Amino acid sequence: MDALILQAFNGLSLASILLLVSLGLAFAFGLMGVINMAHGEFIMIGAYVAYLFQQTFAGLLGGVEPGIWFILALPAAFVVAAALGALMEVALIRHLYGRPLDTLLATWGVGLILQQAARSIFGAPNVNVSSPVWLSGGFDIGAGLLLPYKRIFIIALVTIVVIALYWYLYRTISGRRLRAVMQNREMASCLGVRSRLVDASTFALGTGLAGVAGVALTQLGSIGPSLGTFYIVDAFMVVVLGGVGRLPGTILAALLIGVMNTVLELGTSATVGKVLVLLLIIAFLQWKPSGLAALQTR
Amino acid sequence: MFKRGINLTWFGLLRWLPLMVLLVVLLLAPQYLSDFRLNQLGKFLTYAIIAVGLDLIWGYGGMLSLGQGLFFGLGAYGFAMYLKLQSSGGKLPDFMFWSGLESLPWFWVPFQNPLFAVLAALIVPALLAGILGYFVFRSRVQGVYFSIITQALTLLTSIWFVGQQAYTGGTNGITNLGSAQLFGYSLLSSEAQHGFYFATVVCLMLVYLLTTWMTDSRFGRMLVALNTNEARAVSGLRPGTDQNAGLCDVGGDCCVGRHPLCAASRDHSPSSMGVVPSIEMVIWVAIGGRGTLFGAIISALAVSYGRSYFSETFPKFGNTSLACSSWAVWPSSKRVSLVR
Repeated sequence: MDALILQAFNGLSLASILLLVSLGLAFAFGLMGVINMAHGEFIMIGAYVAYLFQQTFAGLLGGVEPGIWFILALPAAFVVAAALGALMEVALIRHLYGRPLDTLLATWGVGLILQQAARSIFGAPNVNVSSPVWLSGGFDIGAGLLLPYKRIFIIALVTIVVIALYWYLYRTISGRRLRAVMQNREMASCLGVRSRLVDASTFALGTGLAGVAGVALTQLGSIGPSLGTFYIVDAFMVVVLGGVGRLPGTILAALLIGVMNTVLELGTSATVGKVLVLLLIIAFLQWKPSGLAALQTR
Repeated sequence: MFKRGINLTWFGLLRWLPLMVLLVVLLLAPQYLSDFRLNQLGKFLTYAIIAVGLDLIWGYGGMLSLGQGLFFGLGAYGFAMYLKLQSSGGKLPDFMFWSGLESLPWFWVPFQNPLFAVLAALIVPALLAGILGYFVFRSRVQGVYFSIITQALTLLTSIWFVGQQAYTGGTNGITNLGSAQLFGYSLLSSEAQHGFYFATVVCLMLVYLLTTWMTDSRFGRMLVALNTNEARAVSGLRPGTDQNAGLCDVGGDCCVGRHPLCAASRDHSPSSMGVVPSIEMVIWVAIGGRGTLFGAIISALAVSYGRSYFSETFPKFGNTSLACSSWAVWPSSKRVSLVR
C-alpha cells in the first residue's frame, strides 16, 4: 500500500511534467494543425539553460546551495526556449502551413540539428544539475512515507503555470484572440485579429513552457542532448488522448497517462507498462476517436 | 496516368526506360565494385524496396507511417534468428547462455527451419500491420494521428526488444552470424555476398513491378480517391478495408526487403527498427517525390550514399546531413502535387 501511494505520487509529478510539455504541443496542433517533432528539444534547451545558470551565475549569486540561480533559471529558460520557438515558427513552420505531414518531417530535422548542436556545445555525456538546498529532503506524511520536496515543487510549479494559463486564455485580450483563432480562423481574421501573429506567439508560448519543463526535469535526473526524446512520445499520446486544443482534456489526459504509466510499472516492468498504456489509448480511440474533449467549432 | 495494362506504344515503352537503365547499371555494378562497396549497395537497395512500399501508402494513400522501421526490423529478426541458430551449430546461442537461459525458448524452435524463418519473416510483419491497420482505420484515425500512433508503437517495440536481453540479444541484437552457412556457402564468402546482391536486385524489381501494377489497377485508383476526397470515395467503396490492405502490403514489402539486408550485414541489432530509421525511410520518399515509385528508389539510393559519404568525411555530423535532407519536403512536395 505504501509503495502504491508513493508510486501514485511519483506518477502525479510525472504527469505534471507531461502536462507542461504537452500544453505547447496541443496548442500548436489545435491552432495551426502543426505537429512539432522538435518540441522535445525545447525541453532539452530549458534543461541546459538551468545547467548554464548553475555553472555561471551560481558563484555570483551566493553559491549553488541557496538556489537563487535555479529560481532565475525558470523564467530564463522560458524566454530562451520561447525566442527559439518564435524564430523557428517565423523561419520554417509558417511556410509549411496546411501541410501537417511535411511540417512533421521538417521539424524533426530541426530537432536533430538542435540535438547535434547540444552535443557539440556541451558534449555527448550527460551532465548533472545540483539541487538547491531547500529542495533536498522530503515531507513526512507519517507511516515512514517521505514525499520528496523536489516532486512537490514540480507539482506546485505546474499548478501555478496552469492557473496562469487559464487566466491568460480566459481573462486577457490576447488569450481571447487565441481562442477565437483556434475556433474559427477565417472569422477571427475578418474581425481584425492578426492570426499569423497569434500563431507565432502561441507557438513561442508552447516552446517556452517546454523550456520550463526542462528546468524542472533537471531535478529528477541527469540531462543530456537526447533528453527530449524520452518525453516527446508520451506528450504526443497526451495530445491524442486529450483531444485537440482543449485545456481540460489535455490536463485530464496528462494525469491519466502519467499515473497509469507509473502504476502499471509496479506490476510489470517500465516498458511493458508503456506498451499497456499505448494499447489502452488505441482501444480508447476506438470508442471516442476525437479524444476526451473535442473542440466545438462554430 | 491510370491506363490499364502495359502500353506497347513507343511512349508507353518510354515509361520503362529509366527502370531498364537502372537494372543494367545494377547488374554491371559487381564488375566494378569492391566487396565492401557491393555489400553497401546491396544494403541501400533493400532501403529502396522499403521506400517503394512506403511511397505506396504515403504517396498514393496519404497515410504517413512512421513505423516502417518496426516492420523492417521484425522481418530482420526473423531471418537473423535462423542464421543465429544455424551458426551456433545446435548449441544454445551465446547471448542466451550469457543471460542464463537453460534451453531454447519455444518461439525460437521453429526458426531452425529456413523455410519457416523466411515465411515467418514475411507473414508476421504483414499480419501485425494488418491488425494495426484494422484497429486504427476502423476508428477513423487519420492523418497526423496515424503518424503519431505508428511512431509510438515503433518506439515502444524497440524499447521492449532491447529490454528482453535473453530472447532478443538486447542492445547488441543478434550478432556473430559470420559462421552461418547458406546453401552450402559461408555467409561471408564472396559468392554468397554476390548471391545476396543479385537476390536483392531481383526483389527490388519484383516489388517495383508489383506496386506499379497495383497503382495502375483499381486498387491504386481507389487509394488515390480516398486520399483526395474520402467522403466522395466512400460511396461505393470500403475505405477501411482498402487502407488496411495497403498497410498490410507495405508490411509485406518491408519483409521482402529485409532478408538480403540481414544476411548482408551479418549482424542484426534493434537500432534498425527504432524511430530514427523509420523517419529516415520517410525522407527517402519525400525527396523522391510522393507518388512516383521510381523516384523513391532513386532517392533512397541517393540519400543513403549521400549520408554515408557525409559521415565518412565528417564523422561528427552524420545526422545533420539527414536533418537537412528532411527539409527537402519544403519545395518538393508542392511540385509533385502539381504533377498529380
